[in-house]
Amino acid sequence: MSDEKTMVEGFEAPISLHYTFAAGHAISKFLRSMKEGKIVGQRSPATGKVIVPPRGSCPESGKPTTEEVELGDTGTVITFTVVHIPIPNNPVKPPFIVANICLDGADQTFIHLVSDCNNDDVKIGTRVKAVWKDKAEWDYSMDNIKYFKPLDEAPVDIEKLKASRLKEVGKYRHA
Amino acid sequence: MREVAIVSYAQTPMRRDAGANNDVEMLMGTLQEALSNVGMTQKDIDFTCSGSCDYLGGAAFAFVSAVDALGAVPPIAESHVEMDAAWALYEAWLKIQCGKADTALIYGFGKSSHCALPDMLCLQLDPYAMQPLWPDSISLAALQANALLQSGKYTERDLAEVVANSRRNAKGNPKAQLKGDYTVEQLLKEPTFVSPLRKHDCCPISDGASVLIMTTREKAEKLCKRPAFITGIDHRIDAHGLGMRDLTVSTSTRIAGEKAGVHKGKVDIAELYAPFSHQELILRDALGLDPAKTKINPSGGALAGHVFMACGLDRIGAVATSIMNGEASRGVAHATSGPCLQQNLVAVLEG
Repeated sequence: MSDEKTMVEGFEAPISLHYTFAAGHAISKFLRSMKEGKIVGQRSPATGKVIVPPRGSCPESGKPTTEEVELGDTGTVITFTVVHIPIPNNPVKPPFIVANICLDGADQTFIHLVSDCNNDDVKIGTRVKAVWKDKAEWDYSMDNIKYFKPLDEAPVDIEKLKASRLKEVGKYRHA
Repeated sequence: MREVAIVSYAQTPMRRDAGANNDVEMLMGTLQEALSNVGMTQKDIDFTCSGSCDYLGGAAFAFVSAVDALGAVPPIAESHVEMDAAWALYEAWLKIQCGKADTALIYGFGKSSHCALPDMLCLQLDPYAMQPLWPDSISLAALQANALLQSGKYTERDLAEVVANSRRNAKGNPKAQLKGDYTVEQLLKEPTFVSPLRKHDCCPISDGASVLIMTTREKAEKLCKRPAFITGIDHRIDAHGLGMRDLTVSTSTRIAGEKAGVHKGKVDIAELYAPFSHQELILRDALGLDPAKTKINPSGGALAGHVFMACGLDRIGAVATSIMNGEASRGVAHATSGPCLQQNLVAVLEG
């Protein structure tokens, strides 16, 4: 099968396209707040839930969100994993923890790192606080938070947390 | 066959740049408008289908984020085509035919201001022999236009007439991006851009979103005074290699038109998705339309505003709106995809 030996198995065809990007009104506001070291979510008029980072709409109702809610930088680990493989080009060295974190006063989680701790001590329900970069380095970025560090507090029962949030957000439901 | 009719259509204004709005922000208001036109909420929709292109935003699975505009909790039945939303409508139509849904919402959106659209469209070409040469969409259309002019079937004056008609018709379309009174002589004085095409022979680049709702006869008649029934719909594709077909004709459009039953009755209006002026002439011939009897592109068509990935759905929406308003009784809508009219969909709508 001499043909197979001469088959072309690959060639280089580089693709280069230039994009400009519009994050959107809601995410732009969020990123501008991050540059000031503040975490600002938005409340859904339909469910009363606080969405962070906000996307401009309530995903449950499709209604626009406009009311802004400033949040603190403490929260709870809702779930997590310990990563044992390196991320290419990432300074974070394994094993490291990637966690789904719900900030106090928010109803949606986001993903961030948990560090500066004994990985074995992190549990679902672990209370955490953001560790920020130096103010001089703040940009329009989620990356202004280096990682979250466990607080010296007892872990919370996340089912109880969810139930208390649902009760709380009921007060803000308009639609 | 189940009888399916369009009952609502809403469209954002077509603009060169929708500014800071992201896809969700662009879509939300139009979605609510389409639903409230017929007193519906997301809960009345059995199936939702969208058309968009991730290359436009340059982000993988960008279309998934648009679901945030729908109110998709608890989870809804939803699908997406990486094609113009006219094909999303086709998928939804099949779903209704199969008895899996009665009412469907279809949306298409595109923010072409993010990228250089004619270059980005190279990525839809054959990746081995053609795409590495980076023939942009305007250059390919120009090859087709030159072939058409050299065939002797049409002249540059005919192309300019298509543009003048589009601009004039668009004066009645509040959503149109380009409109106004231009004479053929005035247009022919303009320099060529990519010869033989002049800038005005090419569709503008637009940002926007469109939403359409269709349902079965029983429901449609309760929602809408004059629903626009889809009495025929078909889509066909020509060979992928541009060298394998005669660029001066559109065989796939001709066959789709025959299968959809374009000539089973009088055609009052036709909305043809022709991103370039000469393509309107090719499509007119492929569908056997006589401009003396059929009003072509009363909305202005793609030359008046071209939201990539929604423009085909907009053609269907424009014909449906004319029928729902009582301005037309029977119309033809056409959508295209790919370089030089590669793939074509034809729908016949009747009041």
